[in-house]
Amino acid sequence: MTKVNKCSCGNDDEGLLQRLEEIIISFKDKPGALIPVLQATQSLFGFIPEEAILKISEKLNEPLSKVYGVITFYSFFSLKPRGKFLIRVCLGTACYVQGANEVLTALKQQLSIDIGETSADKLFTLDVGRCFGACGLAPIIMVNEEVHQWVKPSDVKKILSTYKKQKTGSKEEINQEEIS
Amino acid sequence: MDTNKHMQFVSDAKALSDLQKTLQQSKEFTSDKVFICAGGSCITSGSMKVKDAFLSHLASTPLNDCIEVMETGCLGPCALGPVVVIGKDDTFYQKVRVQDVKEIVEKHLLGGTVVESLLYAVDEKKVSKKSELPFFKNQDKQVLRNCGKINPTKIADYIAQDGYQALCRVLTKSTPEQVVEEVTISGLRGRGGAGFPTGTKWNFARKSKDSIKYILCNADEGDPGAFMDRSILEGDPHSIIEGMAIGAFAIGSTQGYVYVRAEYPLAVERLQIAIDQARTYGLIGKNILGAGFDFDLEIRKGSGAFVCGEETALITSIEGNRGEPRPRPPFPAEKGLWNKPTVLNNVETFSNIPLLINLGGAQFAETGTEKSKGTKIFALAGTVKISGLVEVPVGTPLRKLVYDIGGGISTHKKYKAAQIGGPSGGCIPAEHLDVPLDYESLNKLGAIMGSGGLIVMDESSCMVDVARFFLEFVQDESCGKCVPCREGTARMKQIVERICSGKGELKDIDELEKLASTVTNASLCGLGQTAPNPVLSTLRHFREEYIEHIVDKKCRTAVCKDLIVFEILDLCNGCQACKKVCPVEAIHGDKKHIHNIDDDVCIRCGLCLSTCKFEAIIKY
Ligand SMILES: Cc1cc2nc3c(=O)[nH]c(=O)nc-3n(C[C@H](O)[C@H](O)[C@H](O)COP(=O)(O)O)c2cc1C
Repeated sequence: MTKVNKCSCGNDDEGLLQRLEEIIISFKDKPGALIPVLQATQSLFGFIPEEAILKISEKLNEPLSKVYGVITFYSFFSLKPRGKFLIRVCLGTACYVQGANEVLTALKQQLSIDIGETSADKLFTLDVGRCFGACGLAPIIMVNEEVHQWVKPSDVKKILSTYKKQKTGSKEEINQEEIS
Repeated sequence: MDTNKHMQFVSDAKALSDLQKTLQQSKEFTSDKVFICAGGSCITSGSMKVKDAFLSHLASTPLNDCIEVMETGCLGPCALGPVVVIGKDDTFYQKVRVQDVKEIVEKHLLGGTVVESLLYAVDEKKVSKKSELPFFKNQDKQVLRNCGKINPTKIADYIAQDGYQALCRVLTKSTPEQVVEEVTISGLRGRGGAGFPTGTKWNFARKSKDSIKYILCNADEGDPGAFMDRSILEGDPHSIIEGMAIGAFAIGSTQGYVYVRAEYPLAVERLQIAIDQARTYGLIGKNILGAGFDFDLEIRKGSGAFVCGEETALITSIEGNRGEPRPRPPFPAEKGLWNKPTVLNNVETFSNIPLLINLGGAQFAETGTEKSKGTKIFALAGTVKISGLVEVPVGTPLRKLVYDIGGGISTHKKYKAAQIGGPSGGCIPAEHLDVPLDYESLNKLGAIMGSGGLIVMDESSCMVDVARFFLEFVQDESCGKCVPCREGTARMKQIVERICSGKGELKDIDELEKLASTVTNASLCGLGQTAPNPVLSTLRHFREEYIEHIVDKKCRTAVCKDLIVFEILDLCNGCQACKKVCPVEAIHGDKKHIHNIDDDVCIRCGLCLSTCKFEAIIKY
């Protein structure tokens, strides 16, 4: 399991843990709070760090084993940090019929990673999805919340390079580099 | 436009009808409109930029005050997006780009002449009116009546189109028993897949004596290739809220939940806006319309598990657990969420309810077939010319959907099959294209109506690989709680993979059929019970393809990688693009000389084929 980053710049994950505590308190009295809390945690950190699991278990009074069991059941929760851009290749039926597998192969090859892995520069995590409901535009891939439609294997390089460009100069990224 | 202008609390039936009248006389309602599709797919294609372009081009014209640019829910033909409809003369423009907007404004809106180049052509003839396009003409939009007509983020639009009138009628004029009776008379069957009669389900829950009951909406829409519920959530969310409120009144519940899958952020956003607005207007909350009925609604988001679409798993997930199904009985109507009587219906089912109440059960039942009433929405995709969202009376022949509405096959190849019902469904081959789309007829062919995903495949699809694809899906999504599903689907997948790789034996087919019957009969929930269907259906209609893979070691579609060869033809000009892209250095040849592929090294990834600009590489 991965722990949170520690640094002295103030806007670190210790601050996020503080924020998490507030979220837990706001959900505490709702029945079935565990999953909404985990969803908030996932979007807060980009993954679910060990400290968060301990805190959630303690504050919601749920056994650790249960919290861990729920996290590992659902594919949207990740115990490992993900890259800055999460690429999800749709492998729904319409996309599959129209060549999604070839797009996936091209992505794997361009990024030199397999499904579930993150590229060495921490920019991209590759994942697959089971239909995003945009079948009229198949095959599609999603990069974070952005949808790319009618993707051909030969488009992959260009799509990746637009995100690589976004990386340079972004403040958040510089922060991350300082941390590591 | 001022969204908040008509914001007000609707205290009773009279206030609602007064508000509706005021809204219908308002300028927003009566003015000419330019409808911009803001369905998920059109947004992806850039419709919001097109909308901005309309606003800015209109701003400097005299039309600025008399034309409203309106975002609407999904209009249907997703593949033609962004789509724009000019309200005044019903002109349908397809694939509109930002740079086209100036011309539409100047030539059409100001000058009165239609822009021919942006029209859709049928058999090379341009059609300008939306109502005359075969895609729309052959549909019967009942549930989708508001999609494309109203702005989904404005409750005022919904109310102006008779919104919440059904709820009002029920609360002020009916008893809960009468509502259940009306739904029963209508013959409405659940649209989530199984087709269970909705009236019967509501009646069970109604009869339960518990003082706390729940009503749930299943918006998990997990079937790959299905996006009907997404479009209703995004295009007409109030119809779901109204349907749930009516259901709650009928069974005696005061709290509802909508379980929406995590992959649909826009649907969550729009539904939340709708819930908040309905609450502000007093159409949900305490003492709704002064009739003494309380009902409130909350969204719960899924977290990416297909099995959570199954009713007991969904309930377990809302309770905050691993979304594993539990045995039935007890059925949810008896012991559901937090062990209380619970009704769970699909999005489309709820969206049918206001319609049904307004029409009356008997009139609703006039559409459809003897045993299946009303209309059904299908998500038409795959290799058809116009993929998108379509609504037709239950019992409409498949051919009409594929050819009249979808415009036929989009490639130069022939129709091979339509996959209907997702991972629990089956394939309909060409000889059964005239099958009426209803529960019974599809069951006879080994397919199911399912939730409405309909993927058309041309002759380039390998049916053994299709079976493999769905087995991979169900195996991946099997929750692992019961052995027949967890292990059975894994073994079935292994066998089909073996066949795809050319290592199958004829006895594998018997083995598959035997395993299929065990998995079907012994699995705990619907996921396992229906998981073998794609295999059984392809074995039934395309058995010869299995035999070819096993006996001749041949895949006629060149899809199964181990059974194909890549070859470079004389057309090759030695540009070296393929050589560079090959991940395993299987391609040799000097610059400007014909290259060749070392078949022993080749991993059949197909990258060379998609890279070659000269069509010099083939696979067979
Ligand atoms: C594995 C599995 C997945 C399902 N997924 C969905 C789904 O995504 N949406 C849905 O409405 N029903 C789904 N169902 C069917 C539900 O269990 C349930 O029958 C349905 O929501 C009831 O609503 P209805 O009566 O209105 O059809 C699924 C069933 C199974 C077995």
